[in-house]
Amino acid sequence: MDTTATHEEQQPVRLHTIISSAADRLAGSVFILPAVLALLFLSLFPLIASLYVSLAKFDIAPGGFKLTFVGLNNYKKLFTGSEGTHFLGKFAPSTFITWLVFGAVVIGLGIFLARYVLNNRISIGGLIGRMLLALGLGSLTWMLVHTLWNGGRLGTASITLVYVFVGIFFQYILGLSLAMLTVQRLPGRRFFRVVFLLPMMITPVGVAYMFRMLTDTSKGPFTPIWQALGLINFSWVNNAWGARTAILIGDIWQWTPFMFIVLVAALESQPVEPVEAATVDGANSWQIFRHITWPAILPVSMTLMLIRLIEAFKIVDLPNVMTNGGPGTATQSLTYHAYINWRALNIGASAAVAYMLLFLVTFFAMIFVNLIRQRTVETL
Amino acid sequence: MNGNQKRINLLSLIIIFGVLITACGGGAPATQPPAATEAPAATQAPATEAPAATEAPATEATGKMFDGVTINILTFVGPQVAEPLQRRGPDFTALTGAKVNIITVPNSELYQKILTDATAGTNAYDGYLFAPAWIVDFAPAGLIEDLTPYVEKDKDLQWDDVAPFFRDFNSYNGKVYSIPLDGDMHMVYYRIDSLKDAGLEPPKTWDDYLAVAKALNGKDLNGDGEPDYGSCISKAPAQQSYWWIWSIAAPYIQSQGSSQGPFFNTKDMTPLVNNDAFKRALEVYKETGLYGPPDETNQGVGDSRGLFLAGRCALTMDWGDIGTLAIDKENSKVIDKTGAIENPGSTEVLDWNTGKLVPCDATTCPYAVDGVNHAPFASFGGWAGAVNAAVDQKKKDAAYAFFSYMSQPAQSNQDVTVGKTGYNPFRISQFTNKQAWLDAGFSQAAADSYLGGIEASLNSPNMAADLRIPKNHEYIQVELDRILSEYIAGDLTTDEAAQQLYDSWETITNDAGRDAQLTFYKGTLGQK
Repeated sequence: MDTTATHEEQQPVRLHTIISSAADRLAGSVFILPAVLALLFLSLFPLIASLYVSLAKFDIAPGGFKLTFVGLNNYKKLFTGSEGTHFLGKFAPSTFITWLVFGAVVIGLGIFLARYVLNNRISIGGLIGRMLLALGLGSLTWMLVHTLWNGGRLGTASITLVYVFVGIFFQYILGLSLAMLTVQRLPGRRFFRVVFLLPMMITPVGVAYMFRMLTDTSKGPFTPIWQALGLINFSWVNNAWGARTAILIGDIWQWTPFMFIVLVAALESQPVEPVEAATVDGANSWQIFRHITWPAILPVSMTLMLIRLIEAFKIVDLPNVMTNGGPGTATQSLTYHAYINWRALNIGASAAVAYMLLFLVTFFAMIFVNLIRQRTVETL
Repeated sequence: MNGNQKRINLLSLIIIFGVLITACGGGAPATQPPAATEAPAATQAPATEAPAATEAPATEATGKMFDGVTINILTFVGPQVAEPLQRRGPDFTALTGAKVNIITVPNSELYQKILTDATAGTNAYDGYLFAPAWIVDFAPAGLIEDLTPYVEKDKDLQWDDVAPFFRDFNSYNGKVYSIPLDGDMHMVYYRIDSLKDAGLEPPKTWDDYLAVAKALNGKDLNGDGEPDYGSCISKAPAQQSYWWIWSIAAPYIQSQGSSQGPFFNTKDMTPLVNNDAFKRALEVYKETGLYGPPDETNQGVGDSRGLFLAGRCALTMDWGDIGTLAIDKENSKVIDKTGAIENPGSTEVLDWNTGKLVPCDATTCPYAVDGVNHAPFASFGGWAGAVNAAVDQKKKDAAYAFFSYMSQPAQSNQDVTVGKTGYNPFRISQFTNKQAWLDAGFSQAAADSYLGGIEASLNSPNMAADLRIPKNHEYIQVELDRILSEYIAGDLTTDEAAQQLYDSWETITNDAGRDAQLTFYKGTLGQK
């Protein structure tokens, strides 16, 4: 009797245990599932939808619109069609210098690949990745050396690269210099820390309007200075590089504070003992920076540049407001290029440009991520 | 994990599934019916129902016929153009009870904003004040309301008082789709005093224009001791360059009357841009920059207008705005010093068969005056109000009533005389009744010059209308704008620019369908 009773009592207990165990196993996944689904929906859906749009033609139709699948037509236009010179630029004929520069880069990439192949730790994935890297960098070099001089003209892809790399270079140098300055025990350093941060707080459109005024030689606040210098008939925007320089100055002015504030934190968080020890040992300021400070802030610097790199590829406000993308298309970034197509309801072409931008950002971000990983491993 | 923790997990799972089931099962029916029932009602509202709603036009309303109705009108950021809508909105509310919200976006985004809103079915806007050239994109897709029945019932609008060109320009396939509030025509303005002092005549041809600009460039035109400019015509990308170039090109290309058209060959829809006439126009436009401000490549019409009003330019090309802005005592230094003439012409015109320029004679230039072929360009066509076809009838009625109110002579005959409105004359009564202009501050001579310039353009048998075919935005404001700005920047030679423009326009035509585009184009020119 007792046994039977015990068995009957055990049945609901076992069922309860099974359900509880299942719930226990599933709980983690189920709890996280809505968030994962939402994230996937929010990130993957636009990506896939825009990929389809980049392969389609948008037309107004009775009662709304229609998307007609056109295959790679929008991409074909970017590389070989009517948008070719706009996107890639106008290619000048090859010269001795062109071949020299391109040859040097190709040799460099060849050595890079050869060193990897000769390395004992070779893998198929690693080899494919490096070959793609070499191909990408080689193609970009080919484009740049044929559009930068000798009658060539930069396309929106090259112009974006100029904004990104020249801008980030100066932002980093200036940000680091200001950070080094404000970590010194100087009077008023707290005040200047706040002042140096202000440009980052201003909306990019506001910065663009301000620099548009500043660079206006005939009506801007610096007109008396231009007059005194005899440059009243000079205009930044009549010349492609003048206009690009004006935009770069605005961009550098706005984003140097971002570099500055993070580098201040990095500098202040480095341990003081090695610096004091080096000072006692008679090391000079440069030696301390080169051998102690620089390695300490290198991981932060790389991360900082990666963040700015991803962000800088999307520059659009400054060229739009300061120069309307002109003179000609000299200051148009890839985002601006996509925006022009979008404005004309060439949604397919706009999405194709946006996808090319995504490829470029991913390409350079991957290089940077690998560099960071490599440096971190070396540091450890 | 203890028992309590397990029970909590189990309970949480039950709650989550319960919420999900409730959300999926209960939520969907609650949101779907309105979408399913409201949309067809809004989109299928037949245009023929409209007259009933417009039988009592806004100004005749004795009560508040649109009490509780709010209309959202989308237009260009201004401040001109939007200003009269904002100023007169409260008056319209007092008359009809309809609350008017004016929403503005940059000019370059207006087309996209309207189409995105309408094609996506958002329908956030009940009316649009836009370029009537866009009707050909919007009307066939059923995005804007056929206003013909409204206009026919609306005596206060005085439709017959609207100049025939603007009546036609706001129509498509014989139906009215927008109500004009503005009439646009390019003209050349010159400094009467500066030309007189230099012993120069107002330019009759574009070669004369360059000669006058060159002669007066670097002279002090406003007495401030600083050298000024011979010509101010803006050249910034994404601004107005694509209109200026057609004002220059039209007299070189079109000589056989308005129905000939300057944009495409009506035989096969090939663009009329890769020829000596368009190339000459490119050269003239670029050369005006030699006699203009140093940063003209980055200037829009607001900048060149400001310079002319400050007395810094001997010549400029503009819509009718300069005439009314020039009499502004607070901001103008050229009061009674501003002359207006129809756009300069050419003594050579395009031979459409050979692509070469040939001298004007009785055959090649039948409408020439003193051997000069003029083809004044009705650029843009003037701001006009259209009604979203997908909003409910009450809103359509209110939006139409508002545009009608703005366009009626009682309002518009006053608005066109004020510079800050950005509105230029488009009604016959605005040309015949000069008292309104004198009351606004024009001298008799200034009124005669200004209105005479517009009338001469409007009455020209060889007037060139703006492009009005599907994708006109892409032809003009995207491809032409880009290539023109690259040409002005020196990135393209004249031949390269002409060839690139030809190729890109051919691509658009091929994409849109050559035969369909040709039929549209010939239709807008009155050809069969």
